[in-house]
Amino acid sequence: MTQNNPAPASHGISLLINGEQRQLSVPPWLTLLDLLREQLDLIGTKKGCDHGQCGACTVLRNGRRVNACLTLAVMCDGDELTTIEGLADGDTLHPMQQAFITHDAFQCGYCTPGQICSAVGLAREGRAHSRADIQEGMSGNLCRCGAYSNILAAVEEALPASGGSRP
Amino acid sequence: MTPFAYSKPSSIEQALQLAGPTARFIAGGTNLLDLMKENVARPERIIDITGLPLREITATADGGLLIGALVSNADLAWHPAIERDYPLLVQAVLAGASPQLRNMASTGGNLLQRTRCHYFYDSTTPCNKREPGTGCPARTGLNRNHAILGASLECVAVHPSDLCVALAALEARVHVRGRGGERQIAFADFHVLPDHHPQRDNCLEDDELITAIELPRPRFSRHAHYLKIRDRASYAFALVSVAAALELDGERIGAIRVALGGVAHKPWRASAAEQMLNGQPLTQAALTNAAAAALRDARPLADNRFKVQLAQRAIVRAVNQAAGRAGGVA
Repeated sequence: MTQNNPAPASHGISLLINGEQRQLSVPPWLTLLDLLREQLDLIGTKKGCDHGQCGACTVLRNGRRVNACLTLAVMCDGDELTTIEGLADGDTLHPMQQAFITHDAFQCGYCTPGQICSAVGLAREGRAHSRADIQEGMSGNLCRCGAYSNILAAVEEALPASGGSRP
Repeated sequence: MTPFAYSKPSSIEQALQLAGPTARFIAGGTNLLDLMKENVARPERIIDITGLPLREITATADGGLLIGALVSNADLAWHPAIERDYPLLVQAVLAGASPQLRNMASTGGNLLQRTRCHYFYDSTTPCNKREPGTGCPARTGLNRNHAILGASLECVAVHPSDLCVALAALEARVHVRGRGGERQIAFADFHVLPDHHPQRDNCLEDDELITAIELPRPRFSRHAHYLKIRDRASYAFALVSVAAALELDGERIGAIRVALGGVAHKPWRASAAEQMLNGQPLTQAALTNAAAAALRDARPLADNRFKVQLAQRAIVRAVNQAAGRAGGVA
């Protein structure tokens, strides 16, 4: 930071994360992904490429799926966030989580939280009406194990129960 | 990321007062933060404009639309009036990036994306766009993705946007505000060719903010197609893309617009091809000749010679698809 640009190194923000209100102090250059993982111990959200190319960091910001790695935490002041840790209802898994288990839609599991959050976002957008739509709509989430066919089956099954229409 | 100061102004006037050569506006941040992580962009101050009232899509007096600069790419593509009247824009937006990025990225920011040239991104290599005067390794290096039209000795980078190719074809106008007042810029004049100043992507001044994109009255809602050719089926930048829009009078072309992406430092209007086709019957021969004329001035590099024929064929296919015909290969 330059000397003629004095600014507070930290900014106070208020976030509703997985239903819990949090008051936090963050430096402006902290990404939402690093805030979740390093400060809040919400390590379900994964750091893959850290450049918005792999989707492993996908979370729901005000209900919409975004890449947490390309989001500044300071810009989320007042927002509602849902991470993979906030999808289940107590001990009852979210339908999309259950469908991923039912269809064995992962191998190593590293991309899975991002895949599931992205699929829930896809369902809420209400724009996927076919298998091709799901494939296109999930294109922002890479799976290097290549579990795509089972991921597609899981998303297809859980789409209606997650807020979308049946393909 | 190099540390920076952060401000969130609540009015456009405040935002403009904070602007300057070492400050950058941020909205979606999808490109800027990526560049900051790579130390390609090192702003001293980030001006968060997401609190400004620039999120509306409103009708204009002459039957067009004014799109606020902060409308997200997703909201743009799914807006009822855009879906109804500007299918070219919808196709182009949805061809770009990923659903997550389209939820984040703004309409104004889409215009300001910087090139994806890997030498520009790699701060350990020379690059005239990043560090003027250091040289261009892309000209003799890996240049499969680079420009075939309008490049200079200093820079062979291409503009990465899909939306901008459609906006060029639709002859949109860019509304801009600076401390000195407002101005409107014709889309063709907004982005610039690299020439001897490859560090410049567009004609914005340091204190200027894009406030809106104006679409003229819809003329091409029936016959429009955005064709994007890329290395994988989704979520990749264009090797070549074509925005084609037509007014058809029976078999005759009443008016035609053709713009290319992935081939130049800016969205490339194929004006020569348009002039050859305007008012003519839409035949395969006419189309093939026009596509050849569009690429007549192409100067490909070692790795991207394929783009010349690819672009010609893509023009033929895109115009045929816009016209509702199946024909493709030239």
